[in-house]
Amino acid sequence: MLAVPIQALFGQVLIGLINGAFYALLSLGLAIIFGLLNVINFCHGALYMLGAFVAWFLMDKAGIGYWPALILAPLAVGIVGVGIERGLLRRISGLDPLYGLLLTFGLALILQGLFSNWFGSSGMPYDMPEQLRGGQILPFMVLPNYRVWVIGVSLVVCLGTWAVIERTRLGSWLRAATENAPLVSAFGINVPRIVTLTYAFGVGLAALAGVLAAPIYRVSPQMGADLIIVVFAVVVIGGMGSILGSIVTGFALGVLEGLTKVFYPEASNTVIFVIMAIVLLIRPAGLFGKSA
Amino acid sequence: MNARIALVLALALPLAARADFTGKVIKIGVLNDQSGPYADLAGQGSVIAAKMAVEDSGGKIDGTPVEVISADHQNKPDVGSSIARQWYDVEGVDVIVDVPTSSVALAVSQITREKNKVFLGSSPGTSDLTGKSCSPNTVHWTYDTYAQAHTTGSAVVQTGGDTWFFLTADYAFGQALERDTAAVVVESGGKVLGSVKHPLNTTDFSSFLLQAQSSKAKVIGLANAGGDTINTIKSAAEFGIVKGGQKMAGLLIFISDIHALGLQTAQGLLLSEGFYWDRDEQTRAFSKKYAQKSGGKMPTSAQAGVYSAVLHYLKAVKALKSDADGKAVVDQMKKTPTDDPVFGKGTIRADGRKLHPMYLYEVKKPSESKGPWDYYKLVKEVPADKAYRPLDKGDCPLVAAKK
Repeated sequence: MLAVPIQALFGQVLIGLINGAFYALLSLGLAIIFGLLNVINFCHGALYMLGAFVAWFLMDKAGIGYWPALILAPLAVGIVGVGIERGLLRRISGLDPLYGLLLTFGLALILQGLFSNWFGSSGMPYDMPEQLRGGQILPFMVLPNYRVWVIGVSLVVCLGTWAVIERTRLGSWLRAATENAPLVSAFGINVPRIVTLTYAFGVGLAALAGVLAAPIYRVSPQMGADLIIVVFAVVVIGGMGSILGSIVTGFALGVLEGLTKVFYPEASNTVIFVIMAIVLLIRPAGLFGKSA
Repeated sequence: MNARIALVLALALPLAARADFTGKVIKIGVLNDQSGPYADLAGQGSVIAAKMAVEDSGGKIDGTPVEVISADHQNKPDVGSSIARQWYDVEGVDVIVDVPTSSVALAVSQITREKNKVFLGSSPGTSDLTGKSCSPNTVHWTYDTYAQAHTTGSAVVQTGGDTWFFLTADYAFGQALERDTAAVVVESGGKVLGSVKHPLNTTDFSSFLLQAQSSKAKVIGLANAGGDTINTIKSAAEFGIVKGGQKMAGLLIFISDIHALGLQTAQGLLLSEGFYWDRDEQTRAFSKKYAQKSGGKMPTSAQAGVYSAVLHYLKAVKALKSDADGKAVVDQMKKTPTDDPVFGKGTIRADGRKLHPMYLYEVKKPSESKGPWDYYKLVKEVPADKAYRPLDKGDCPLVAAKK
């Protein structure tokens, strides 16, 4: 079992990175939302699913392909996010985060239930765009072009988001509003709008991940539920609300999970939770979190 | 003495002559997954199929109306059991049909036996239903894990796929499927090079596929089901497994899975089924009628099996003029050969196994398909006696009792 050739190991690390790219995109959105709104956004998985379905819908009903969907689906889901924030989350802001968790959890169940009812459980086929088909033949594996593209998009979006938040004026407002909202609004900055847009951006990231996932996983109502628990573990390990933490942990845990699939495949979907338990015991605030 | 017999006969005769339907209605309960992973292969489609069978039997048996009700067992044995009890005890249900998910089906079979009703299993897989857990009140209709393993396993080895690697879902069903198929592969002269067990509901299968690829096996056997199978096949297409010369063999795949995958991804896949809508004139006629009621979807073999099972059940009830004694109804069903547009002519064995041929299909290339749902081409027909487990090999107590 342990005599895995180095070359095969290389392939597995690469695959781990690809999965990590999804984890990073999703946990980034969660971290941003938690950081500013103090809401544990449990419907993140459902909105990821919604993003994939919007892409499928555009293709199937309107003939709009993958490339426009990359922009349109996050926009559409972002608008849904504005609705959720304005209509629901705003009403419970200031309450214990538990209320937000329950509200968004309920929302996730409703969304998944509706989509199961409308589209069944097997899911919908979504073809890969022509330009990204095929793969590179490496000495140890065939590396599908599409997966390279996923890593690329994820890295660019994650690092871009991080740079905007850490390095720009807009980001500084955002960080300031996180620290002390009344003071920031006293400077004439429209904090409620920032909050709404942040939420919309966060769920837009989830939708983007959904579109990226559509050609490789099945577009099904359950696709978010399968993933969201892992992503929450990633966020907890990285430190709730830590942007950089969520990105780095996302990629790192993807690789770790990939390696588990080689050495002890039966444990591959528990390894992340074992790590989460250990991290919580040793550093309750997460690897990159600031302890309260 | 003679006078006493005459008295009993005199009392019994009028009863026998009059139809005796409990609750003045023949109630059929379709119990299956309506919202989870098996909702597409069974679900509402099975309810439509049951209603079609009632319609085609005239809607009434000797003036007694036939009613179809349904419920969602959520693939949980406890939920399924309590619905079954409620149906038998309170609602006056006479027969439960369909019941995907082997664990739920085994529980329902047990309860049905206790209450002396009838259970017609169309979508459950486990061959234990006619093996060590067989029951005089249960008929297993459409397929079972043994037949899947044998049809796919032996036919693929015979067509040259003699080295195998298994991708197995890590729970009872997957392991049983791998074990059975591996046995057939070895028996038919093939070799098993290895296997990897993955957790249920895995999203990404690429690592496992890479391991399958590096085994250099000619055939990758998929001992999993539903969403797991779909995701495996999608990744395999992407990582160039089939283009690299390896064949994929699905051990439990329904046409609803192929529909979800699309032909571009699923092409070349080998699978076995007892029913395909486009097999002959009769299956086409049945399926087109079904499609009109189901929003254009063609029936899966599980749904078609529900139709066939209910049709035969109603024939038996009509012949007996009673639905009261479940065991007697099943005995009557076993006595009469089956004949329907779905499976053609067939029989039901002493252990409760419904027999019909199984078919090995290959999924068409997109260029070969003439339109939606035109998905399979026939590779090989396997007669019932070759596909299903021999009667004496299942350890069914009913069979031992007969000897």
